[in-house]
Amino acid sequence: MRDVAVIGIGCTPFGEKWGSSFRDLFVEAGTLALDDANLSGEDIDAMYVGNMSAGRFIEQEHIGALIADYTGLSTRHIPSTRVEAACASGGLSFRQAVITVASGMEDIVVAAGVEKMTDVGTGASVDALAGAADREWEGFVGATFPGLYAMIATDYMNRYPLTREQLAQVAVKNHYNGARNPIAQFQQEITIDTVLRSSLVADPLRLFDCSPITDGAAAVIVAPLDRAREFTDTPIRVLASEQASDTITLHDRRDISTLDATVAAGQRAFKTARITPREIDLVEVHDCFTIAEICAIEDLGFCKKGEAGKLTMEGITALNGDLPVNTSGGLKACGHPVGATGIKQVYEIVTQLRGEAKGRQIDGARIGMTHNVGGTGATVAVHILGV
Amino acid sequence: MVGIITYGVYIPRYRIKVEEIAKVWGANASDITGGLGVFEKSVPDLDEDTATIAVEAARNALLRRDIDPEKIGAVYVGSESHPYAVKPTACTVGEAIGATPRMMAADFEFACKAGTAGIQTSMGLAKSNMIEYGFAIGSDVAQGAPSDALEYTAAAGGAAFLIGRQDPIARINHTCSFTTDTPDFWRREGQDYPRHGGRFTGDPGYFKHVEGASRLMLEELGKSAKDYDYAVFHQPNAKFPQKVAKTLGFSMDQIKPGLVVPRLGNTYSGSSMIGLAATLDMAKAGDRIFVCSFGSGAGSDAFDISVTDIIESKDFKRASAPTVEHLLKNPVYVQYAQYAKHKGKIVMQE
Repeated sequence: MRDVAVIGIGCTPFGEKWGSSFRDLFVEAGTLALDDANLSGEDIDAMYVGNMSAGRFIEQEHIGALIADYTGLSTRHIPSTRVEAACASGGLSFRQAVITVASGMEDIVVAAGVEKMTDVGTGASVDALAGAADREWEGFVGATFPGLYAMIATDYMNRYPLTREQLAQVAVKNHYNGARNPIAQFQQEITIDTVLRSSLVADPLRLFDCSPITDGAAAVIVAPLDRAREFTDTPIRVLASEQASDTITLHDRRDISTLDATVAAGQRAFKTARITPREIDLVEVHDCFTIAEICAIEDLGFCKKGEAGKLTMEGITALNGDLPVNTSGGLKACGHPVGATGIKQVYEIVTQLRGEAKGRQIDGARIGMTHNVGGTGATVAVHILGV
Repeated sequence: MVGIITYGVYIPRYRIKVEEIAKVWGANASDITGGLGVFEKSVPDLDEDTATIAVEAARNALLRRDIDPEKIGAVYVGSESHPYAVKPTACTVGEAIGATPRMMAADFEFACKAGTAGIQTSMGLAKSNMIEYGFAIGSDVAQGAPSDALEYTAAAGGAAFLIGRQDPIARINHTCSFTTDTPDFWRREGQDYPRHGGRFTGDPGYFKHVEGASRLMLEELGKSAKDYDYAVFHQPNAKFPQKVAKTLGFSMDQIKPGLVVPRLGNTYSGSSMIGLAATLDMAKAGDRIFVCSFGSGAGSDAFDISVTDIIESKDFKRASAPTVEHLLKNPVYVQYAQYAKHKGKIVMQE
């Protein structure tokens, strides 16, 4: 297996992009990534695109071919493949690109992610997202994603000392970071009071505990490490690329407050990279809801179960803390175009490791991690990147 | 020069507070009042609809000026809630004010700007001598689905403007429109409540069109915000008109007299026209008024209006009909159950 490096990154601003179509978004992200790597389309050997539900959101399938066509690469007939794993589609798209390069099958591979969610109303969007859970056992009986994560939060709060204020602080911290990220959907700071006073969505989760509906696309380009310096002075190494699965339903889990797939993917990633959690300088975790960030910090092994709320309140996960979490603003403030999120996480870590994160830069960051979850934890992708 | 000969307004006496609606749906009332700047909205009585409101507004207009109703050659009623899908409200109004049968009549629909479209139509007819006077009326018993954001603001009320050439109380110096095909808010035939694109109704809807028409007119006239004493914008809530006014360079003082939405709600086709009426209620000869309506779908009509000395003469009896302030005063508050009954939200046995 060859070592792999990220040589180019691009990301559209996230938000309600009424003026941009699905095609506009991925072309914009792809062009930014190519420019960043000083490449042209001629150099690309293969593409992967993470996308959860274009069929439901814009009534378009066959996304791999669409992307090849609209990026002008169909005339070269390169392989272009859609990867779908609900909200982890982006993370798996990146992993497929890494595997393809590591295996020696191809050299220069694009991993993209795109979702255009605002062409349908909120109801249709929520229902499309419910497809990430088990439709027969969860969706059909009325469980939505806020509902499922509210069950996790309720169970967690019954068993561990997590306060409502600590949960709110996750959103406060992520909005603070989002306010320093020019591509973030929400660039305004909030207070704990903002969260506690917002509308109740699914008890105990309120509006500001939930990530938004977002349009956006991101793309990164990977290459063999030994060729990386042909394209960039700052290649970022992929130290680990791991993936794990779990039951698709929440109720079949061993423990609904622990995402076992996160635990498994995290442990494998640390083993592959031959490092411990203490050596991670920053991490982008999948905070689709505030409770998800709390669980992720613990399940990845950064602290014991039940401690993440306290750590958050103490500022350990803040920009200037010992373990900055979600410097991009996370899904909560940067936005969550589901298929693009996993790629945006890689984009953020690469930006930080290159030292290009300006107002939110973590000084001296050398090793970063991404954690991308599909559904309530049935798929998890974890990557470790380093300079 | 064509202009406004007289005007009148009608607002039902019932109100419901935002808190009362929020209580029913488990929403946070202060978030809504803080976000929209609307605190209560008017509610029609059981026997009030777009037609009765239009008639009341037209009659109030005629109380202010001695007009031979037979000289009213056209009646146009703009509304999103005409009582019939087929059978014009305008005929009912024409009959009630004694303008029939020698009159043109039609119902207009252009979401919240159908009434100002009636003003433009009447201006053309009056200017070309096809009619002596034309009534342009905006009237609505606005629909908002239960628990939808619209339910907190959708109100009832209307305003009638008689347009003509002879001795107007206010000259309409210029008008222009800005129109595109934009699906921000719609209601299909047979549906009880409109649907909308949430925040999409903001930037690509309201702001694009109101700014578009406003800038177009200012450019055509070579004028700017400071040339006006007052400005009136369509007011679906209090936030949008204040924001667009600021963008265009108008001050809070200029828009305050016509900003009636906090205590009235959004009367859809009546909204900007009641705002204009409230401004005329206190205007003096020589005042210049900027008006811009908005209708989803989408478009805006802008008007440049100069108040003449007729408004202060014996020919115009402003005090003979209720002012907007008078109509907003001393409301009767209702609870949600009574509001639901008045609005026909309770389905009765056939």
